[in-house]
Amino acid sequence: MTKTLTHLERLEAEAIYIMREVVAEAEKPVMLYSVGKDSAVMLHLARKAFYPSPPPFPLLHVDTTWKFKAMYALREKAARDAGMELIVHQNPEAIARGINPFDHGSLHTDMWKTEGLKQALDAHGFDVAFGGARRDEEKSRAKERIFSFRTATHGWDPKNQRPELWNLYNARKAKSESIRVFPISNWTELDIWQYIHLENIEIVPLYFSAPRPTVTRDGMLLMIDDERFPLQEGEVPVERSIRFRTLGCYPLTGAVESTASTLPEVIQEMLLTTTSERQGRAIDHDQAASMEKKKQEGYF
Amino acid sequence: MTASLDSTVIYKTDDLIASDIDAYLDVHQHKSLLRFITCGSVDDGKSTLIGRLLYDSKMIFEDQLATLESDSKRMGTQGQDIDFALLVDGLAAEREQGITIDVAYRFFATEKRKFIVADCPGHEQYTRNMVTGASTADLAVILIDARKGVLVQTRRHSYLAKLLGIRNIVLAVNKMDLIDYDQAKYDAIVAEYSEFAASIGISDFTPMPISGFKGDNITEISANTPWYNGLPLMAHLETVALDNDADQTKPLRMAVQWVNRPNLDFRGFSGQIASGTVHPGDAIRVLPSGKTTTIKKIVTLDGELQEAVAGQSVTLCFNDEIDCSRGDVIAAADNPPEVADQFESTIVWMADDALVPGRSYWLKLGTQMVSATVQAPKYTVNVNSMEHMAAKTLELNAIGVAEISTDKPIVFAPYADNHALGGFILIDKISNATVAAGMLHFSLRRAQNVHWQATDIGRDAHAMLKNQKPKILWFTGLSGSGKSTIANEVEKALHLMNRHTFLLDGDNVRHGLNKDLGFTETDRIENIRRVGEVAKLMADAGLIVLTAFISPFRAERDMVRAMLPEGEFVEIFVDTPLEVAEARDVKGLYKKARAGQLKNFTGIDSPYEPPEHPDIRVNTVEMSPAEAAEYIVRQLMPLK
Repeated sequence: MTKTLTHLERLEAEAIYIMREVVAEAEKPVMLYSVGKDSAVMLHLARKAFYPSPPPFPLLHVDTTWKFKAMYALREKAARDAGMELIVHQNPEAIARGINPFDHGSLHTDMWKTEGLKQALDAHGFDVAFGGARRDEEKSRAKERIFSFRTATHGWDPKNQRPELWNLYNARKAKSESIRVFPISNWTELDIWQYIHLENIEIVPLYFSAPRPTVTRDGMLLMIDDERFPLQEGEVPVERSIRFRTLGCYPLTGAVESTASTLPEVIQEMLLTTTSERQGRAIDHDQAASMEKKKQEGYF
Repeated sequence: MTASLDSTVIYKTDDLIASDIDAYLDVHQHKSLLRFITCGSVDDGKSTLIGRLLYDSKMIFEDQLATLESDSKRMGTQGQDIDFALLVDGLAAEREQGITIDVAYRFFATEKRKFIVADCPGHEQYTRNMVTGASTADLAVILIDARKGVLVQTRRHSYLAKLLGIRNIVLAVNKMDLIDYDQAKYDAIVAEYSEFAASIGISDFTPMPISGFKGDNITEISANTPWYNGLPLMAHLETVALDNDADQTKPLRMAVQWVNRPNLDFRGFSGQIASGTVHPGDAIRVLPSGKTTTIKKIVTLDGELQEAVAGQSVTLCFNDEIDCSRGDVIAAADNPPEVADQFESTIVWMADDALVPGRSYWLKLGTQMVSATVQAPKYTVNVNSMEHMAAKTLELNAIGVAEISTDKPIVFAPYADNHALGGFILIDKISNATVAAGMLHFSLRRAQNVHWQATDIGRDAHAMLKNQKPKILWFTGLSGSGKSTIANEVEKALHLMNRHTFLLDGDNVRHGLNKDLGFTETDRIENIRRVGEVAKLMADAGLIVLTAFISPFRAERDMVRAMLPEGEFVEIFVDTPLEVAEARDVKGLYKKARAGQLKNFTGIDSPYEPPEHPDIRVNTVEMSPAEAAEYIVRQLMPLK
């Protein structure tokens, strides 16, 4: 008698297979950890892949100092629960120049995230970095390989990626090159939520609705997470029942008004909603094909 | 919005989501997964069909739809109608060119299944993309433009789908709206395709008349084709049998990825089950060693399992402490796969640089990574006409049948029986690029019948009697760099020290053993392979062997290094700049080469790849041959 695996069982088995391949073939892997829901799923899958051993690599958080407070709180706990080392990197140049999302626009992402990530990978000599990107997030990612090759300067050349057949991943590379590996490439937003629900994975409470102080600016609903948020003339914080579909730097992440305070309610809203996940992120709207451009420059 | 959208049936249970989300989640949680590919020529409406499937399963959000509507007006090809293709064409460069140029993966779900669709481009030069997409697919949708019928591309796509072992093929005769839903024309296309399909071994396929643009027979049966009595495309995709289920009925195979050893009390073997099922107590055999034991437990974070099936990633513990590591295969004890080192295979070449027969490539099959060489192909297949053609090599996108041999035996199964143990990739050892994909068909009898004859006096005994450590001193460098001269000096010095030596010289060997070889890349590789084998036999006999060959390619020098025990191969780079060697021109060869009288001359019209990390390097501009020899001998000490 055959037992038909569910799509989530197959996606889970695929992600675990990919993580084990990396550990078997890489010299010094690391898992990028952003504290978001995709990172939570990645961490959970890593625990499954290597149980009863702890995952044999550290977590790396490329920090911008502008994440939500609740994210910093969960970050420490999650690493501790998994028995993993947590490395936090903040670009020293960005600290020195006081780079922030209010004054510096796209330079903020470039310096804290793109440059910060490159610095951290180089400083520790990591040759493979796991990321939680998914192909359904954005058009240019639909063609991304699971093993994505980066040059010595972390550049991504869409024309020069290796063919991936069956489940045979080629992890060989020259000394200075590195690989970004995306084990949950084939998951959709719904799969992520459903898996979190099914596996009871802890996520940042900001994904659930609660009354929070907000302002609306440039069509986005922003949460005032700390006193660094400069109010513009005429802006008065309003308490609204809000939640987030994705989490990044709080001044760049738009909230949605919602009353969904449980996972099924969140999923319900997601399924009935009519806007895509990344719409809450300022980064995609900079210009047409902006994600593709950022990737070529080395953004994750 | 357009008329074509009004007729669309929304394929999602909005009601259940709104009324009882828990019930909806329960349904969705139990969905299975189907992976399929769509293939067709540029104008067959492939992207439009995928865009339609995404749209009809409500995978497109309002903001995407708004972008789509504005994009459709700006650069769409459908006038004021929505151009679904724009949803699917991803990279900026492609959007400008109006064609898809790489494999893109899309996701949608219905009430019964989740789908991953690989969008494969139809251009001839992109055979590799379709092969890539097909390698993970359960089903192929082959699109035909109803106005054009069966084209060369249709044949190519069908052949590739068959080659990659896709069992379910849908022949989607698209753009039926443009031939007024004419049944006679449709029947003629299906009949023509049927004849062709049978000729390449496709015995079964599912034809359907559709319109991706208008939505006919996509989610529900169209009133425009009352004569069609099959399922709409979506319903077919939802009910077709899954390969993963079929794999469970085969004997157990699991390639070991990683040995899990958190402490001395636990030793587990992690991998994804390729076929069959496994239970505690099952008798298993580890290959290639052939040792047997029984399963003690199946370990997961969620607790021990009483059964695991094909497709699951697990960790197995044994009842006996037997050797097992990455690359080994755990199999049913009474029904193990074969172990061999020579095979007949079909290879799809995927790199700009053509196959070099005889060159050593990395071969990855499952979790096994070995060195492998490919013979010159027996023939290549013209994917348009299915004709077999003679060929000396495989160029980009060529498909050929060739013998392949590995430097040590590997565990395998014919690809037709087991994709996980029969599919492989080849990796260039220098660039690390994935250059080919292949399928093993069967092992060659030669490998099964030639056994290694064990002898009583081994290489250690030979060397001990000579009171020395065998070595191969491999001199490499341009023609005229001074390899032979320096090697000769080194041998004289070693001889005075009572060492047992032998000098193999490039020119001398070409007078005898290798007189049948020329100077093409393939012949040069064979030249070095033979010299390497001879040098190895001499080292086995306990000698210190000196070789003086240009040996221009890194891959072949590394091949010889890999034949020998660690430390016995000493690569000596006789480093002489081309200008200097050419100015010396002791044999007058550079002059001939420059005059075009000598082809494939290293440094002139054939490359020299200098060693990246030679064991010893001598600079002949700064050192005389005698000084160089003295320096080398000093580096070699002690010789015992």
